[in-house]
Amino acid sequence: MVYTFPKGGIHPPDTKLAAAESITTLAVPDMVYMPVSQHLGVPAKPIVARGDEVKVGAKIAEASGFVSAFIHAPVSGTVQKIDKMMCASGFYQDVIVIKTNGDVWEETINRTDEVISDISLSAEEIRTKVLENGIVGMGGATFPSHVKFIVPDGKKAEELIINGVECEPYLSSDHRLMLEKAEEIFVGIEIIKKAIGVPVAYVGIEKNKPDAIELFSTIAEKHPTITVIPLEVKYPQGGEKQLIKAVTGKEVPIGGLPIDAGSIVHNVGTVFAVYEAVQKNKPLIERVITVTGKQVLQQSNFLVRIGTPVQQLIDAAGGVPEDTGKVIAGGPMMGKTITSLNAPVTKGTSGILMMPSTESKREEMANCIRCGKCISVCCVGVEPYLLMSLAEHEMVDELQEHAVMQCIECGSCSFSCPAHRPLLDYIRLGKNIVREHTKKKK
Amino acid sequence: MNTSVKKIFTVSPSPHIHSEGSISAIMYGVLIALIPAFAMSLYVFGLGALVVTATAVVSCMLFEWLIQRFLIQGKLTVFDGSAALTGVLLAFNVPSSLPLWMIVVGSFVAIGIGKMSFGGLGQNPFNPALVGRVFLLMSFPVQMTQWPQPLNGDFFADAVSGATPLAFVKEGLSKGDSISDIVPQLPHMFQMLTGGIGGSLGEVSALALIIGGLYMLYKKIITWHIPVSILLTMFLFTGVLNLVDSQEYMSPFFHIFAGGAMLGAIFMATDMATSPMSPVGMLIYGVGIGVITIAIRVFGSYPEGISFAILIMNATVPIINKNVRPRVFGAKK
Ligand code: SF4
Ligand code: SF4
Repeated sequence: MVYTFPKGGIHPPDTKLAAAESITTLAVPDMVYMPVSQHLGVPAKPIVARGDEVKVGAKIAEASGFVSAFIHAPVSGTVQKIDKMMCASGFYQDVIVIKTNGDVWEETINRTDEVISDISLSAEEIRTKVLENGIVGMGGATFPSHVKFIVPDGKKAEELIINGVECEPYLSSDHRLMLEKAEEIFVGIEIIKKAIGVPVAYVGIEKNKPDAIELFSTIAEKHPTITVIPLEVKYPQGGEKQLIKAVTGKEVPIGGLPIDAGSIVHNVGTVFAVYEAVQKNKPLIERVITVTGKQVLQQSNFLVRIGTPVQQLIDAAGGVPEDTGKVIAGGPMMGKTITSLNAPVTKGTSGILMMPSTESKREEMANCIRCGKCISVCCVGVEPYLLMSLAEHEMVDELQEHAVMQCIECGSCSFSCPAHRPLLDYIRLGKNIVREHTKKKK
Repeated sequence: MNTSVKKIFTVSPSPHIHSEGSISAIMYGVLIALIPAFAMSLYVFGLGALVVTATAVVSCMLFEWLIQRFLIQGKLTVFDGSAALTGVLLAFNVPSSLPLWMIVVGSFVAIGIGKMSFGGLGQNPFNPALVGRVFLLMSFPVQMTQWPQPLNGDFFADAVSGATPLAFVKEGLSKGDSISDIVPQLPHMFQMLTGGIGGSLGEVSALALIIGGLYMLYKKIITWHIPVSILLTMFLFTGVLNLVDSQEYMSPFFHIFAGGAMLGAIFMATDMATSPMSPVGMLIYGVGIGVITIAIRVFGSYPEGISFAILIMNATVPIINKNVRPRVFGAKK
């Protein structure tokens, strides 16, 4: 049986050009730029100053508040400055700049490759480790992970769902991680199960990764409470709510969180980071990033120190192809365009995609021909064509009535519209209008 | 490699890829789906079919161009295929013997009034080709209901006028004949399926239209909802009538294969701009068209009613779209 979510979805070309490339380690950069806001929530507060010497893994900024995350030095060296800089998010942000000197790690970090399967820490200690090591959701949302390790009062976690879907075209960092770090990921799943206290875990993997499904299914035989769920290849299969629906049949209610349906979802990359944090005492200072594009010379999956400038990843993959029109952090459906190649990669960067100029420009939009395509592909059941015109006319009440806030910004509607209407652009605008309006009311 | 020169990259919000579907791909897809029916009309009506179709296509495109260029000075969309499609559909809905100037008038009404006056493609509430056709039917009732008899391959023969099977039945019934008197004088059901019956250009072969419909289904240009709900409703409605009194009412097979049923159900009612957007809405719309069509055919004064039925249901589409909404994910059941 192959599972999927019931309504909507699209089948963009897979284009997983880097899927066969093993993970290689990128050289330690001469300089790193660590934004203090690489996670959802309150930015971290810098605790270092210009001139401070740091080792790899040293805390350089601390979480401020519950929904926030610690940030650690990805290289050893000297703090040069704390400055504003244009980041891949498209905004100017505070960035801690460190000039590299050697590669000296904090002694507490276990740097061996050995897989440690025994989980000696208690649930409480695990949560502390996850918080202290700055783990955030690595699938792109970058929600601080420790928050998702606590089940709110009155709620019950029935299952843990591991997101190994990677439904974005082009990206293959999760796929490679699953193939190369499978044992570690299973230990990570057991750790999270223990910390949250859920009885069972499911690993959802799209059918376009049969090797990962096979490997995981074999290992799962030794883990009676972990089940691998092969999923139909359909975008956005990896959307949190879509994945929960596909795996368990349960729907997260409007405005609710996964836990309201009894589920907790973590991405495979996050699970691996949790493993390293708990078993190896290693903070989140590096991650796997796919560097790809149709004209890219060397399709790559790099293990990269966070804070490395995008330019260095691109150079290692053979440079920017001649007619590149667009550079994207993330995948082609939900990624953000990068304006400066000096921008650093962050905890949430899953890929760098270079698109040829021929594919970079949007077609001119035409009248809506009322084909209904946008409605039929929308997995959350809103009517994009309608939301677009409501947003154009700033009709706040109607926008709310037609559930504009439920849109998960998957982009399927814009992708499918034969009239090339920028539906999602306007829906984002509509969401902003609603947000502003609610703020004013308060 | 290009690091020395500072490159300017495009900045735009996601998504960064597109399905590559386009309006013209849809319109040309429908035109391709009309090829079998067009070939049949050539075979059945000879060169007249070609002349009528060409006239309609050229005048529709010309009127669209003129209006966009000189009246509204908007973007030119004349090659997106939709004006050409309106032309073909208009031609398919008239007799092949219709004087050409009438076709030009019909094209003007279809494009000028049916489409551009509302703001062009997608804004028009009524199917433009049907607006043109109904205008012609009201203005030139005689010419619009004189059907040349099929030549069936004899390309250059002179056309003889005659009645369509639907009109023939209607006339017979009004004279007081019973169905069993009328049926022997009608073309055989097989002939109605494959082609070679009197009627508008495009409705001579149910089979050719069905092939076109299957192609559009395969290309995902249409879904099954509208054609199936129309034809099934017509079939069930006439089936019940036929069971009640088989001497007063024709068989359901006759109704779905005769006249414009297939053309209407597959090509006219499925026009995206003028049909509902959701599957449930489409079913409601289809059932409505089926019921009204049969009501007109059986109880009304016109022998054929699908054009009127579609136009009437076109008018209800905004109401249907407003009331039939998809269920929002996570909403209480
Ligand atoms: S971007 Fe929003 S509206 Fe568009 S398909 Fe995705 S969820 Fe639906
Ligand atoms: S997909 Fe585009 S053309 Fe079709 S209904 Fe939606 S907005 Fe209109």
